[in-house]
Amino acid sequence: MKFGVLQFPGSCDEVDALQAARRVGDAELLWHGERDLRGADAIVVPGGFSYGDYLRAGAIARFAPVMESVIAFANDGGPVLGICNGFQVLCEARLLPGALLPNANLRFTFRQVKLEIANPDCAFTSAAAGAASLSIPAKHSWGRYYAEEHTLDEMERTGQVVLRYLPGHNFNGSLRDIAGVQNATGNVFGLMPHPEHAVDEMTGSTDGLRIFESMRLTVEGARA
Amino acid sequence: MRARVLIRPKAGILDPQGVAVERALPALGFEDVSGVHIGRLVELDVQDPSQLQAMCEKLLANPLIEDYEVQLLDGSQ
Repeated sequence: MKFGVLQFPGSCDEVDALQAARRVGDAELLWHGERDLRGADAIVVPGGFSYGDYLRAGAIARFAPVMESVIAFANDGGPVLGICNGFQVLCEARLLPGALLPNANLRFTFRQVKLEIANPDCAFTSAAAGAASLSIPAKHSWGRYYAEEHTLDEMERTGQVVLRYLPGHNFNGSLRDIAGVQNATGNVFGLMPHPEHAVDEMTGSTDGLRIFESMRLTVEGARA
Repeated sequence: MRARVLIRPKAGILDPQGVAVERALPALGFEDVSGVHIGRLVELDVQDPSQLQAMCEKLLANPLIEDYEVQLLDGSQ
């Protein structure tokens, strides 16, 4: 299978995402100005500061030419993973519910976080089945997840809340400790922590690899 | 036509920047200040002011988390 990893001006984690994806399949970068997804079976919208985060994080990137194709790909059921700034882009594109606001502590924070898998049947967490929690680094200043109360209730009821910060790990003030959410059809997933930075024992955890592995299983399962 | 768009965090959503500034003011001797909120200001020239609302809804503001207010200014500004 092949991952397509988007690259915007201001992206900074696309190479780590590319390397992480290559541990489970093929992967190539897709420049923001192109519309051709080059036969990718899954899309990763990486972290960074697309278009300088001008106006609001993700607000401009959402209108990039490549995003037109990604939105069509997602609406067609294709798997899309958004990490950190990629999560913000997917929210701005309305592919995911809610929005990310400045951290409650107003600080850029970089730390390892422990995550509860709130929905283990999700297409993006299936390879983590049985794991008590995931340990993945997070690094951002705009990561406070927000959605309206009735939206949050509905999301919890339908399994759209995929990952939660464990007690003591919600440093950004996200409502209901939400760290990662999926869309109603379960093929678009966004999270603030960075699974692509947790794929090698050298950096202390390989839990992030399970997200990429889950995507591979999903794509190959759909083919079989 | 010169236009000004004021964008504010929606009421009820925690605005940590506003809170930080509100806490800083008394430290400088400015007492009895409350309800501080920090937003954004966008000024622009437009041919067709009737497009401003759509601009706000689609790009300038995120209506889920922000309220916006459009002001049309005197063309001489």
